[in-house]
Amino acid sequence: MKKAGLIMIIGSLLLLGLFKFPLWNIMLGAPQYPDPLGMNIYIQGIEGVEEFDIQNIDGLNHYIGMKTIPKAEDMWEFSVFPKVVGGMVALGVIIGLLGFFGKVSYKWFLGWFILMSILGLLGMYDFNLWLIDYGTDLDPKAIMKLENLDGTPMTYKPPLLGYQKMLNFDVDSWPATGAYMIFTGMMLTVVAFFVGKYESKSN
Amino acid sequence: MKKSINIAIALVMAAGMVSCNDSGKQNGKKGSQGGLSTNAAERVYVAPGEHDEYYGFFSGGYTGNLTVYGLPSGRMLKEIPVFSQFPTNGYGYTEETTPMLNTSFGFVPWDDSHHPDISQTNGELDGRWIFINGNNTPRIARIGLESFKTEEIIEIPNSAGNHSSSFITENTEYVVAGTRFSVPVPQRDMSINEYKGQFKGALTFINVDQETGRMGIKFQLMMPGFNYDLSHPGRDKSHGWFFFTTYNTEEAHTLLEVNASQNDKDFIAAVNWKKIEEYVNNGGGKKVPANYAHNIMDENTHTATSTMIKEVLTVDPLDVPGAVYFLPTPKSPHGCDVDPTGEYIIGNGKLSADLTVHSFTKMIDAIENKKFDGEAYGIPILNFEDILAGVVKQPGLGPLHTEFDNKGNAYTTFFISSEVVKWKVGTWEVLDRQPVFYSVGHGMIPGGNSRKPFGDYFVAMNKITKDRYLPTGPEMEHSAQLFDINGDKMELLLDFPTHGEPHYAAGIPAEIVAPKSKKIYKLADNKHPYASLSNSDVRVERNGKEVHVYMNMIRSHFNPDNIEGIKVGDKVYFHVTNLEQDFDVPHGFAVIGANTAELLVMPGATETLTWEPKKVGVWPIYCTDFCSALHQEMQGYVRVSPADSDIELSWSLGED
Repeated sequence: MKKAGLIMIIGSLLLLGLFKFPLWNIMLGAPQYPDPLGMNIYIQGIEGVEEFDIQNIDGLNHYIGMKTIPKAEDMWEFSVFPKVVGGMVALGVIIGLLGFFGKVSYKWFLGWFILMSILGLLGMYDFNLWLIDYGTDLDPKAIMKLENLDGTPMTYKPPLLGYQKMLNFDVDSWPATGAYMIFTGMMLTVVAFFVGKYESKSN
Repeated sequence: MKKSINIAIALVMAAGMVSCNDSGKQNGKKGSQGGLSTNAAERVYVAPGEHDEYYGFFSGGYTGNLTVYGLPSGRMLKEIPVFSQFPTNGYGYTEETTPMLNTSFGFVPWDDSHHPDISQTNGELDGRWIFINGNNTPRIARIGLESFKTEEIIEIPNSAGNHSSSFITENTEYVVAGTRFSVPVPQRDMSINEYKGQFKGALTFINVDQETGRMGIKFQLMMPGFNYDLSHPGRDKSHGWFFFTTYNTEEAHTLLEVNASQNDKDFIAAVNWKKIEEYVNNGGGKKVPANYAHNIMDENTHTATSTMIKEVLTVDPLDVPGAVYFLPTPKSPHGCDVDPTGEYIIGNGKLSADLTVHSFTKMIDAIENKKFDGEAYGIPILNFEDILAGVVKQPGLGPLHTEFDNKGNAYTTFFISSEVVKWKVGTWEVLDRQPVFYSVGHGMIPGGNSRKPFGDYFVAMNKITKDRYLPTGPEMEHSAQLFDINGDKMELLLDFPTHGEPHYAAGIPAEIVAPKSKKIYKLADNKHPYASLSNSDVRVERNGKEVHVYMNMIRSHFNPDNIEGIKVGDKVYFHVTNLEQDFDVPHGFAVIGANTAELLVMPGATETLTWEPKKVGVWPIYCTDFCSALHQEMQGYVRVSPADSDIELSWSLGED
């Protein structure tokens, strides 16, 4: 299971990309913003694509009563996520090493993948809850209180995935480099599972 | 005899005017047909949202400023205030910018700006800075091409009519400022008719720090009392020399139109500045008392300072043998232009029918072999025949200026015959001529006075507008005309009005300048002593009758927006910081009854408006730049109480 163990190790190490690259990216373009404003969501916090984007998004959002974009210290997620990801990397590498030396079964690789998938889904769920809160918990003294055609108050939840027109803004929300790295890493751990299975059988 | 010559010249000029009016009508019509048949419209059309290929920086003439145009569209992009107060943004009115207009004559709110020149490296445009001269109260300004703002102005002592300026050497070592009017040096009370032999013409070499662009006068060459009209540096092989046209070598002091037109030949003064630089670096020259202003805008404090300098180094040309020669040039030459190779020096004899071209190689040979034809005030005059490269025969009447393309051609403007003439450098053959409407002064090809011209367009800056646009009363803008010069023949593409009276202009490919253009000033770099960078800095302080308001603004409010405790007789300084860090979100600030201009504050900057309230009452302030959907709400009130009131200062935002 040398090959499978190596693949498992590489796959889990790819998650380290999350400490360097953004997980998600939301871009906001408008007629007056030909160069769109944007935010990159990292596991440690949210940063502007350009130096002053966060400040400028907050400045615009205050008209419709949205809260400011949270700083790293304002959300527990930004201290917990790095620990969880770090732990999963360590766990994956340990499983991979043990697999490499034949100490554990290839099934552990799949086990890691399932655990990571569950954590990932929980993360997405949590992210979506934040988007809902951010887009709907509006200041009652907001400068502009807009209503939908049916009379309900307009809310501004950005899409979790994809494009949405919101007032004068075109909002695009898509996975970024970090997400592609986890995806690739997780796929590699599945590959490791099958390679391990093959290697075990052929032994 | 003299009188009859003058009458003859007058007749020639009149004939030129009449014939140009005739041809004007014909060609005006032909021009519009030509536009349809040659898709001229398409070639100057820059589609919505697209950008021009070139920046054109046009001097503002009597606006004292510099205007920026896009070429080929001819659209005006900006007016940059330089030597004149500019109420549009408060330049020359605010506490921060008034020092920029300080001179040894005190605050001078206006000038006459003539010749912009873009900085160069190895003789090619590098787009770091653009320099321009103030003609009336001699000054040179440096404008940064990241902020498009005037960053520095230096006054030129011992000068008057700073016209043969501001031209730069090919690595921007020096920006050169020559005096058009010779004056007594030092200035003193003397009879005007003692001019001859007494007055001096100062040619000033200002060195430029390559990192910061800061200017400082290296030396002033004190020349005989002629009029130094225009100049250009040697380039490539002639790098190290500078050439100045002169007129009034007669040294007349009255009725110059006659008395300064008597000599058959005036001079181009050839100055070996490298030789003088070496002389000065070895301790040469004489320090003399002077008094001139050096004004610098600090980008971090957003504030200008003015320093008076009390001494200047002068050089007597006779003390540096071999540094200065006179090249005889017919008929009161105006423009002094050097071709891209540096070999040919063109004297545009404005009262001549021919163009005289001197050869740099022959000039050096004549100097080495002492082919002199006398001297003037001890300065050797080179023999005309020995330095002559050639003559462009009868190209037109009243040649003024010559620019160059990248294919070895020259383009000379003719004021009297109102045309641009293209000729071949080296063969002196006339290749093409096009009428212009009317009476062109300078012409400009982007890079056309450098080693690397960009030969796409020629812009004629015309002195007479007349009927080219819808009439707007007796006073009109000037008219520029854009020619495509890619083909064998020049093609007129576009007329466009220009602001003020452009003399010279400088063009540069947009790609050199545009990527560096600043969008905002960073608040983190704002070191203005009265900035309020956050709401905790907001306050109002009294110091006797002076009140300082530390105010900031962001979409869409002022902080504070209610102020009480101001009294009649106070002098209130509104120090207003724009907290925005977003591109193109300036805020304005105006207060009722202020005897000054508004503030237009760019994101991250701080500016100060001074207000001396004269009436008791509650007076509004408001934002003058439509900044946001809530712009109309961006307002506030200042309560002004009687002088003897004991109401304490207070300020607030958002409190009931």
